Amino acid sequence: MSATIDAQQVRRLARELLAAHPPATTGRTAFLEARFDAGLAWVHYPVGLGGLDAPRSLQPVVDAELAAAGAPDNDPRRIGIGLGMAAPTILGFGTDEQKKRFLRPLWVGEEVWCQLFSEPGAGSDLAALATRAVRDEDGSGDWVVDGQKVWTSSAHVARWAILIARTDPDVPKHRGISYFICDMTDPGVEVRPLRQITGEAEFNEVFLTGVRIPDSRRLGPVGDGWKVAQTTLMNERVSIGGARIPREGGMIGTVAKTWREQPALRTHDLHRRLLTLWVEAEVARLTGERLRQQLVAGQPGPEGSGMKLAFARLNQEISGLEVELLGDEGLLYSDWTLRRPELVDFTGRDAGYRYLRSKGNSIEGGTSEVLLNIVAERVLGLPVEPRNDKDAAWKDLAR
Amino acid sequence: MTAQTEAHAPDLLYSEAEEDLRSAVRSLLADRADAPKVLASIESDTPYDQRLWDSLASGIGAAGLLVPEKLGGQGASHREAAVVIEELGRSVAPAPYLTSSVVATEVLLALVTDDGPAGELLAGLAAGRKVAVLALPFATAPADSARALTGTLDRTVTGVADAVAADVLLVPTGEGLYAVETGGDGVGVQPLVALDLTRPLAAVTLSGATGTRLAEAGPAAAAVTRGLLAGAGLLASEQLGVAEWCLTETVRYTRERHQFNRPVGSFQSLKHRMAQLWLEVVSARAAARNAADALAAGSPDAPLAVAVAQAYCSTVAVHAAEECVQLHGGIGMTWEHPAHLYLKRAKADSIAYGSAGRHRDAVAELVELEAP
Repeated sequence: MSATIDAQQVRRLARELLAAHPPATTGRTAFLEARFDAGLAWVHYPVGLGGLDAPRSLQPVVDAELAAAGAPDNDPRRIGIGLGMAAPTILGFGTDEQKKRFLRPLWVGEEVWCQLFSEPGAGSDLAALATRAVRDEDGSGDWVVDGQKVWTSSAHVARWAILIARTDPDVPKHRGISYFICDMTDPGVEVRPLRQITGEAEFNEVFLTGVRIPDSRRLGPVGDGWKVAQTTLMNERVSIGGARIPREGGMIGTVAKTWREQPALRTHDLHRRLLTLWVEAEVARLTGERLRQQLVAGQPGPEGSGMKLAFARLNQEISGLEVELLGDEGLLYSDWTLRRPELVDFTGRDAGYRYLRSKGNSIEGGTSEVLLNIVAERVLGLPVEPRNDKDAAWKDLAR
Repeated sequence: MTAQTEAHAPDLLYSEAEEDLRSAVRSLLADRADAPKVLASIESDTPYDQRLWDSLASGIGAAGLLVPEKLGGQGASHREAAVVIEELGRSVAPAPYLTSSVVATEVLLALVTDDGPAGELLAGLAAGRKVAVLALPFATAPADSARALTGTLDRTVTGVADAVAADVLLVPTGEGLYAVETGGDGVGVQPLVALDLTRPLAAVTLSGATGTRLAEAGPAAAAVTRGLLAGAGLLASEQLGVAEWCLTETVRYTRERHQFNRPVGSFQSLKHRMAQLWLEVVSARAAARNAADALAAGSPDAPLAVAVAQAYCSTVAVHAAEECVQLHGGIGMTWEHPAHLYLKRAKADSIAYGSAGRHRDAVAELVELEAP
């Protein structure tokens, strides 16, 4: 089937789905389930698991066809961790039972996922994690998990989590880790909001105390969790290559608008800085556009790893300038009440929020310092730094 | 045009034909203009290697890329010319390409008529038989071209790039644009000691010189603007080439050079600086390609694309060259190592055809971000 499938065929399948389940008269969840069962969820996945074994490039054909007919989507921003990280990992390393159990409700959005990776003592050095998973000696084969995770977005609404924990402290740190699927409703899982500098609690701390996980919810072999986690992390990298961004499409547009509309705020110093940033934002946009064109042409370059660095710095500098430009208004803040947003919304909030939230852009998803190391070593081929944690047992490392 | 609309969807990649052209130019330059040869030639009395120029201009046909076939050229575009210039930047070879094959050529293209004198001169430039330069200071920005049309054929113009290699000067005056033969009476070209040894500057002195009038003041201003806009736009590709060489050589050197019993390139402070530079080079490529593509398409977006590319790429080339000298340590300060040639070229380029600040002013005007 996969050898012959083409755009015409997926378009026909999309039309058949629409005919059998007209969006106007079908419930949202029912439609999404039918779409999954028709193999039109992610066409490059296997038949029976929401896909058709078709080329990934055919997905936009399906999406366009269904969107034009007013079909509901699965709110990919809300279920981003499940779609972007859990799903490819389960597909790559899960058992048949796991794939059958988890992929459908994940894609439909009925079950939200979160990621229990980072810890207070293991951020950029993720493999240093200390959360322990010990096999219960009662003969059940269950694992008992104790530890603390942090920076977990969606944990307060999640049904499931992907979890990495240490199963062997006597071997070097990368080798003693295993990968699990954790039920967030199980006893011993406690989620606490983690309030950030914006005043909001977008993330959580998760405390795991004697949480029992059956061995059937392990992903990949015992002690091989680091390798599994690489799949998850590779899929975390910001994916560019979707839509074209228009000129002034990012945060620079907001500042430029204020500049044009409020001449009284202008000073020569701000003008000089605004223009420098305007040019840099335009060049970053063009760099993203060039990367997009490379991907479309089938020649992906390493530029993607640099884009996050550029956008983090630009967001921070532009939002800092914006607060200054606003003057008196920049002294104000919308609301310090503890809120629990499900999405990060840069444009819907005020300048102070943008300034504070953008500080996270150079930390989340890999700090800029670690990304610079990655560029230096993997793109430029510079030598790796000497390290002393590769061969030592985890339990002997300084913490 | 407003800031929000984009007149032209750019093609920012290199085509297969462009890559073929790049290979041809690169192997020619590797053969005839490697670092020791460039160093030797700038210390000689003849900074230009005539054989190199003949091979590049007529052998490869690079001189006529911008000229339509019916006027004796290759009928290619700014995209291809940009690739040639990128390679010339990478080798800092002295060659009057940007000044003659781009700027002077564009000025003449704006003025060419069926039987006028511009056509004949253009054919000579396209074939590589003649070299012409615009007799304006090298620092003149496209936005200042109207102001440049002053004076008469009796005056001195300083800081004219590549004038020592020119057969013909295109001289803007208050009455229009003239073509003046450098060998004619009343024409003097005095070489100046330039910061950038690989692109000679001269003072052009005209006293009672005669020339052929190519255009009256009005069309001359438009033609000069077109020439300078193409020059500034494609200069970004030269700056990209300079920056790429600097980054590549710095990475190579710091991988090999050992201090403190480690390759110096393994130190994080150096790795981060080189990674940052890589990001700038990647971005400079997108900006430079965008400018070349907008010029090639004759897009109304071209003035903005050029101003953005110049405001960005100037700084990147200088930064890359300065990092190259610093990260090479002591050897980067020596005359024997070519790093200084790139630093001098990069710094001179940051002034050529308008500084980054001048181009930011142009951006401000084009996208309506007015100064207080």
